Amino acid sequence: MSTAAPVAGATVTRSTCPYCGTGCGVKITSVQGQIVDVQGDPDHPANFGRLCTKGSTLHLTAAASVTQQTRLLHPQQRLQRGAAPTPLGWDAALNLAADRLAAIIREHGPQAVAFYGSGQLLTEDYYVLNKLVKGFIGTNLLDTNSRLCMSSAVAGYKATLGADAPPACYADFDHAETMFIVGANTAWAHPILFRRIEAARAARPSQKLIVADPRRTETAEMADLYLPIRPGSDVALFHGLLHVMVREGLIDRGYIARHTTGFETLEAAVMDQPAQVYADICGIPLADLEQAARWMGGHTPTLSLYCQGLNQSTAGTDKNATLIALHLATGQIGIPGAGPFSLTGQPNAMGGREVGGMANLLSAHRDLANAAHREEVAALWGVPEVPAQPGKTAVEMFEAAARGEIKALWIACTNPAQSLPDQATVRRALERAEFVVVQEAFASTATCAYADLLLPATTWGEKDGTVTNSERRISRVRPAVPPTGEARHDWAIFTALGQRLEARLPERVAAYRPGTTTLFDYPTPESVWNEHRASTRGRDLDITGLSYALLEQQGPQQWPYPEGATRGRARLYADGRFATPDGKARFVTAAWRAPREQADADYPFVLNTGRLRDQWHGMSRTGTLGRLFGHVSEPAIELHPDDLQQQGLRDGQLLRVRSRRGEVLIPARASTGQRRGEAYIAMHWGEEFISGRGRGGQRLQGVNALTQPAFCPSSKQPELKNASIAIEAADLAWHAVFLAWLPANEALALRERLKPLADTFAFTSCVPFGREPDAQARVGVLLRVADEQAPAAERLREVAAAFGLEGHELLRYDDTARGHHRWLQVQADREGAQHLRALMLAGDTRPAAWLPALLQADHDVTELGSLLLHPGASAPVKVADAGKQICTCYNVTEPQIVAHLQHCEGSADARLASLQGALKCGTNCGSCVPTLRTLVRNTPFTESPAQAPTVVPIVEDRSDRRAA
Amino acid sequence: MSQATSRKKLVVIGNGMAGMRTLEELLKLSPDLYDITVFGAEPHPNYNRIMLSPVLAGEQTIDDIILNPLSWYERHGITLHLGQTVTEVDRRRRVVHTADGIEAHYDRLLLATGSQPFILPVPGHTLTGVIAYRDIADTQTMIETARTHRHAVVIGGGLLGLEAANGLRLRGMAVTVVHISEWLLERQLDREAAGLLQAELAARGIGFELQAHTAACLDDGHGRVRALALKDGRELPADLVVMAAGIRPQVALAESMGLQCNRGVVVTDTLQSITDPRIYAVGECANHRGTAYGLVAPLYEQAKVCATHLAHWGIGRYQGSQVSTKLKVTGIDLFSAGDFMGAEGTESVFLRDPLRGVYKKLVFKGQQLVGACLYGDIRDGAWYFDLIRSGEPVASQRDTLVFGPPQAAAG
Repeated sequence: MSTAAPVAGATVTRSTCPYCGTGCGVKITSVQGQIVDVQGDPDHPANFGRLCTKGSTLHLTAAASVTQQTRLLHPQQRLQRGAAPTPLGWDAALNLAADRLAAIIREHGPQAVAFYGSGQLLTEDYYVLNKLVKGFIGTNLLDTNSRLCMSSAVAGYKATLGADAPPACYADFDHAETMFIVGANTAWAHPILFRRIEAARAARPSQKLIVADPRRTETAEMADLYLPIRPGSDVALFHGLLHVMVREGLIDRGYIARHTTGFETLEAAVMDQPAQVYADICGIPLADLEQAARWMGGHTPTLSLYCQGLNQSTAGTDKNATLIALHLATGQIGIPGAGPFSLTGQPNAMGGREVGGMANLLSAHRDLANAAHREEVAALWGVPEVPAQPGKTAVEMFEAAARGEIKALWIACTNPAQSLPDQATVRRALERAEFVVVQEAFASTATCAYADLLLPATTWGEKDGTVTNSERRISRVRPAVPPTGEARHDWAIFTALGQRLEARLPERVAAYRPGTTTLFDYPTPESVWNEHRASTRGRDLDITGLSYALLEQQGPQQWPYPEGATRGRARLYADGRFATPDGKARFVTAAWRAPREQADADYPFVLNTGRLRDQWHGMSRTGTLGRLFGHVSEPAIELHPDDLQQQGLRDGQLLRVRSRRGEVLIPARASTGQRRGEAYIAMHWGEEFISGRGRGGQRLQGVNALTQPAFCPSSKQPELKNASIAIEAADLAWHAVFLAWLPANEALALRERLKPLADTFAFTSCVPFGREPDAQARVGVLLRVADEQAPAAERLREVAAAFGLEGHELLRYDDTARGHHRWLQVQADREGAQHLRALMLAGDTRPAAWLPALLQADHDVTELGSLLLHPGASAPVKVADAGKQICTCYNVTEPQIVAHLQHCEGSADARLASLQGALKCGTNCGSCVPTLRTLVRNTPFTESPAQAPTVVPIVEDRSDRRAA
Repeated sequence: MSQATSRKKLVVIGNGMAGMRTLEELLKLSPDLYDITVFGAEPHPNYNRIMLSPVLAGEQTIDDIILNPLSWYERHGITLHLGQTVTEVDRRRRVVHTADGIEAHYDRLLLATGSQPFILPVPGHTLTGVIAYRDIADTQTMIETARTHRHAVVIGGGLLGLEAANGLRLRGMAVTVVHISEWLLERQLDREAAGLLQAELAARGIGFELQAHTAACLDDGHGRVRALALKDGRELPADLVVMAAGIRPQVALAESMGLQCNRGVVVTDTLQSITDPRIYAVGECANHRGTAYGLVAPLYEQAKVCATHLAHWGIGRYQGSQVSTKLKVTGIDLFSAGDFMGAEGTESVFLRDPLRGVYKKLVFKGQQLVGACLYGDIRDGAWYFDLIRSGEPVASQRDTLVFGPPQAAAG
């Protein structure tokens, strides 16, 4: 958590958070070129000063100890695949890149060169990239990770409303009578929006919250009506809702007639079968379906919020379109408190869409398929034409590269070796491509290992430009400190590359339209943005009335903001005129289709993936902080406890999880939030955190080794949230656990050094722990490994030595014949009290149930001695359970909270308030408030005096025998 | 017939711990069976030889370590000849002769002559100041020398040598231990435990020369030792050289009697010499199944068996002893028993707590505990020794055994 105290000589810079699409404003404090603090910007209309656990720790991820260990600091060339890269200068790097690309273009044509970008690029970065690829190189082989995130939302909006524009805004939370959250765990994925939802509910007690999700998430826990639908049954749910609305007269036939087309077809389709059928497909009671329809239908202002549950699906576009249909049928759009509001996963997926930075889009929401649009853009850029043939989308692009059709892959600001589905194909693509460039801020991503050329890019705190958030609001991203190392801005790298390619392909320059001599004349990001602005004139997202200066003076603004306007538009389609040729919105009639893969005898479980509260994407940034592992500390696959029991598996047991495409080894975690037959793995766990030596010797590639590359035929967004899997015990006889506190400037480097262990052991999992800023400037590292048999003693010693477990001062238990080893290192503090600094449990890891907690909680172990070496899962000493951390900001644990609640009487709200007053939990970022509410509900008031708070360790010697 | 004439005669040669323990056991069983005569070469009643080190270290006095005062002999009607060395035994006539001409007839003879220190036959080994460490006289010599001289060398890093070195150090001498092996107490400790021990003793000011071979004791020109010469050419200053390089069973008398000897009087499981069943032997002078024990516990076990046979009870067989070791140096706890080195086919479990100077090694073979080596914390030594001797299956406790008895570990 940030400190509010002003720092001498400090500069405060307003910028925007680089994580989710909420687009929160931040105020960065820096001293002498080093970021030292971050606060929520009280003036930013997205967050009004609040930040979540991730946003409020941004400054810690920019600490020198982190950047020096994890950032890509210099351009590097890998002379041989698999070898360590060697540094080279920027000029040499860019010349090399331009030479290779030009040669490949000459030999194989522009279709042999593909660019894969990111929803984390700024609008300016995106714009230059788009122009470089489509305007200069002459291919539409440009796609981004937004394909994995928002393309179904784009396709859904365009199919129904005519344009890719979320019609609502955050303020609508306060006006809605019914909130419908579907396919989104807002409490975790968009915490600041959830704070606003909580506030809206508090201010408007009549507001109903309906949540539809296969998992009982913290979002679902707060719902007035929770619909635990089967995975992929969304279209049936929306059809069922529409059926009930029609049947009960809850639709607005006047609005339908005036402002839409195609309703009759959809109506006939949904009325064709009874509502019970839809309820059965969804696996929910008919009464709940009807209740939801009644709360949403009629003249109730209803706001729908949705995210990847709708988008990451082979029916993604249909899901979006049929949900939007509910709003069109009831006229719940374009008015306060109403509308289908797609929540964006990435900070600038919106901006990327605005500049057309995808394989099927063109600048300013223009379509590649439209010849007039192509001509407009070609004229703007001064090029003869832009290619008509749509490029390959993310999954298709990597599949083509795996087939050898793409020779050069340029990857910017994203980590496809972590995030794309069907990693086996992705890795083949990266290996098969002749020239792979990775333009990245962090050196630690799995994709970096495949790069022939690594180009260091700037990141949050250094970047300069704009982003657009979920509610169409454009915010400035401003640099607080100079670039780290030799990093350069992405737009500047693309500009420099474009200039060099122009020199190498002069015939293309010669073909420019009169008056155009170069496409890449950009001295500043503002010059790029001004060109983008010009491209929006007359478009739905017209921002010709905006300027950097206006953003500077008046703060973030929503689009459209055409010339002459004095403010952006909060809500779209208030007049009932839509962005279609006839101005009418369209109903899409689509039949419900099951997900591509179903549970069957061979793969009897269905895997869902998604976010954790305190992590973001591939964790190249959040994964640098131990404290962000306080909420969920290690990778796991969540399964219903009854499923585990039925399979003869235990909570915590290491499982082998297989799909038709690949496998992972990952520990089980019992979760009653899961439906039977369904499993969940957080999308974050790539091979950077969980890996091992696969049965074929290949490295295990994280969660997306399992996931489904099949995609929605319209949006081309892959079905990352639905794959059928088989689970079984991993059947590895030998396990080991290593933990150590390390100096902050060494811990992350150690994690990098340990990564090759994945080639040695069948299973590896490595995460940081800790609570930065740590008084002793430490970060913890936790490594688990497992294998079929114990490794050679020398191998074990090497790993132990990496954790500092070497020399003659170790407490050790060794049963070499059985491969059981427990090595501990204790260290005295200034008062002489001893604390565990490092430990290894090998062979017999049962003490992992209690020993690591002593280390992580810094217990005084002075009196324990060899008791620490005891075998077994129960501690030979009484140790108060520090418990699970609930509040990351104030480090408040579940036992403390329960202890307080047990002697706290009153209403749920009063008890929550008492809790927050006494322990401060949930009063900073508020991300844990949903958990606190659950604890309030589940912890009854008891008359008996509360147990003593267990923050203080109680450690006792085991018996009198020793003292006798 | 008077009682006196009806009783058989038992003569004991050797007034040490083995012989007197046998008499104590015998007197418990059959107090009136024998007329008993004891010959002792030393001028002292039976004392606890293994407590000489605390005497040397100044922690106890000679009086403290007397086991059987003269009154004990009187109370039991034992004829005691102190300072009398037996020079001849006529087995045919069953008569014992001493150097001073004392004779004693026996029906049963118990040999408990103990052992003698091994004196390295190096040049100068007869110089003044070159002594062994065996009895009260040696101890008194060391105590007196420490008052007047500065440098001592102890040859032999075994139990006795280290106790001597520690005692001399405590009495103010500069002490160096010269040891032929790679590590100290190699018959009692493994290398690691020996390393801990050496470090501890070094911290107390004792110097060590390992893998060092003695070449000679050098004369100061007045018949007293001045230095010890090593084979590598170095000289260690030495006003006192204590040879603690091992013991040899004292069998000269037994050999003269025609008893079969082989590093000790060869005895049966009833502790009778295999040559003459009227003659028994116990303690360091006896060789049972190839072993001559040098520790007190086996000797006591032998005494118990021997007494039952002398008492005509005829029960009990001595089948050899498992031995365990302790070093009598205050503040140093070490213990070993059984196959503590871990021979082929064994598996070992180690516990190390260097901060507390604790090292524990348990050696398993099949289902059984067969050896233990403890340093720093020996409180469970007796328990392990019991387990080793009983041979009870402990494989199921292998994970916890090194932490002590289960009832304690449960807390």
